[in-house]
Amino acid sequence: MGLLSKKDAKLITDPLADNNPITIQVLGICSALAITAELKASIVMAISVLFVLGVGNVVISLMRNIIPSKIRIIVQLTVVAALVIIVDQVLKAFAYELSKTLSVFVGLIITNCIIMGRFEAFALGNGPWKSFLDGIGNALGYGVILIIVGFFRELLGSGTLLGFKVLGDPIEKTGLYAIGYENNGFMLLSPMALIVVGIIIWVQRSRNKELIED
Amino acid sequence: MGLKSTLHNLKEKYKGTKMAPAFNAIHTFLYLPNETTHNGTHIKAADDLKRTMNTVIMAMVPCLIFGMFNAGYQHYAAFGTPVEFLSWDAFYIGLIKVLPLVIVSYGVGLAIEFLFAVIKKHEVEEGYLVTGMLVPLIVPVDTPLWMLAVAVAFGVVIGKEVFGGTGMNILNPALTIRAFLFFAYPTWMSGDKVWVHGAVERANKIAEGANLDAISGETILGGLAQGKDLGYSVADMFFGFIPGSVGETSTILILLGGLFLIFTKIGSWRIMLSSVMGALAMGLIFNGVVDAGWITESSKFYGLMSTVWWHHLIIGGFAFGTVFMATDPVTASQTNKGKWIYGFLIGFISILIRVFNPAYPEGVMLAILLMNVFAPTIDHYVVQGNVKKRMKRLKVKTA
Repeated sequence: MGLLSKKDAKLITDPLADNNPITIQVLGICSALAITAELKASIVMAISVLFVLGVGNVVISLMRNIIPSKIRIIVQLTVVAALVIIVDQVLKAFAYELSKTLSVFVGLIITNCIIMGRFEAFALGNGPWKSFLDGIGNALGYGVILIIVGFFRELLGSGTLLGFKVLGDPIEKTGLYAIGYENNGFMLLSPMALIVVGIIIWVQRSRNKELIED
Repeated sequence: MGLKSTLHNLKEKYKGTKMAPAFNAIHTFLYLPNETTHNGTHIKAADDLKRTMNTVIMAMVPCLIFGMFNAGYQHYAAFGTPVEFLSWDAFYIGLIKVLPLVIVSYGVGLAIEFLFAVIKKHEVEEGYLVTGMLVPLIVPVDTPLWMLAVAVAFGVVIGKEVFGGTGMNILNPALTIRAFLFFAYPTWMSGDKVWVHGAVERANKIAEGANLDAISGETILGGLAQGKDLGYSVADMFFGFIPGSVGETSTILILLGGLFLIFTKIGSWRIMLSSVMGALAMGLIFNGVVDAGWITESSKFYGLMSTVWWHHLIIGGFAFGTVFMATDPVTASQTNKGKWIYGFLIGFISILIRVFNPAYPEGVMLAILLMNVFAPTIDHYVVQGNVKKRMKRLKVKTA
């Protein structure tokens, strides 16, 4: 890659696969369960976290030499909270319906362990460019899983994708519904999100045996 | 050359290859394997996993056959043209509705077991034999076959194979399958449409404007949850001439199956007895609450709370769940004291869920799944308690 050195590229590609924040580090599970019933919500959540983590990592990295280590958690919290408030206000202004669907979970990005985890583990010890890449990489790794889970839950649970009735109309009985297909209500419940995440973990680890813990 | 030796030769031929487990499975399923030990000192016992499973299936066959008759009987009764219970007409409806359920259940379940055996290179386990028979007995007669297939695939993979296969599962696979159906397709697992064959089509036609009588195809529990008495006699409920899942209606046949299991020492009488005690205790408490006047007829719980306490044993799936599923040796408590606690809580919680959650009128399914999760914890404390007691005794002696 011309744009990034090999080491920098790894910062982005690693969290996408073999060091995925959700399936390997098992962080950020709550939001993955709560908002993935619709694909649209998953995508918006992924973008929000991308913004917060990308910008937040840079900010923390820039301040890393002047933050007294005793109060660093509070400083980190302030940074996340400020960024999340921006996201929340933007959503409320431009996508009110969506912000209602996401409800408290936008605010709860503050407590998303991935973000604080990256601040602590990476941004405090690395320069802004590297921290930016690391933030983007981890947010993408988080977003990919969210979108996969959201895809299956919306498709099988409501028969739609991004609100489009891809499988036909359940009330008019067109498409698949004409031959007796029905939506799987279980997919819309949170336990099923956990099972879908579990299946992703299963597939990933059986493809790469090194990931299996004892 | 008979089939047995043909199979044995095939098995030898494919030994060590990918497909070997599949041939082994067919061979051991049909015959005693050739590889028995002939000399030396060995304890010889007639019961292995396969025979245990077959015994349980034998205990369920009466319920299956009764369920077939009952499916047709309920169908004709609901449509206003009643037929004799033990008639060919009734049995025919049952046969064409129930047999496909059995075939789909075994077909899909065993296909997945074979698949996993081939992938993971182990022998095919007999674990699905009982589950495959339980499944058609605990679903409504009109369950669409594709739904059943999806649920069986889910139940076998997520309920059992991910934990490591037969004997390693935490939850009862048959109930996992039913719970999946229940939460995924609630309109097909509750309400007044699904328990009698044909009620769904008829309701659809009425919705389209046809001039037909609607069928009241509710189960007794569903009726009571809405405060309605459907007017079945105690004898009807006991012998099973009531709507419900295929095999769960006849308490007397389940009772006979249970006695058979106790007699052959396969089912635990402790679990069955304590579960019945738990249910009766909860029933008595609720009756007491009604008698004390704390609940009036306007309450939505009145219908089920005021049900005569011992009627809970003969309506719904309580008897079936207690005898055939609570006693599943893999998911139940292993210690004797644990079995008493485990069974009692199953009965107790079943009736609790029945009464307080009219949306889930069949509490026994949820109660057994819940206690499945707690069974290891119960065993842990029973064992620890015993350790403590013996430590104390040791101290007294040595002091």
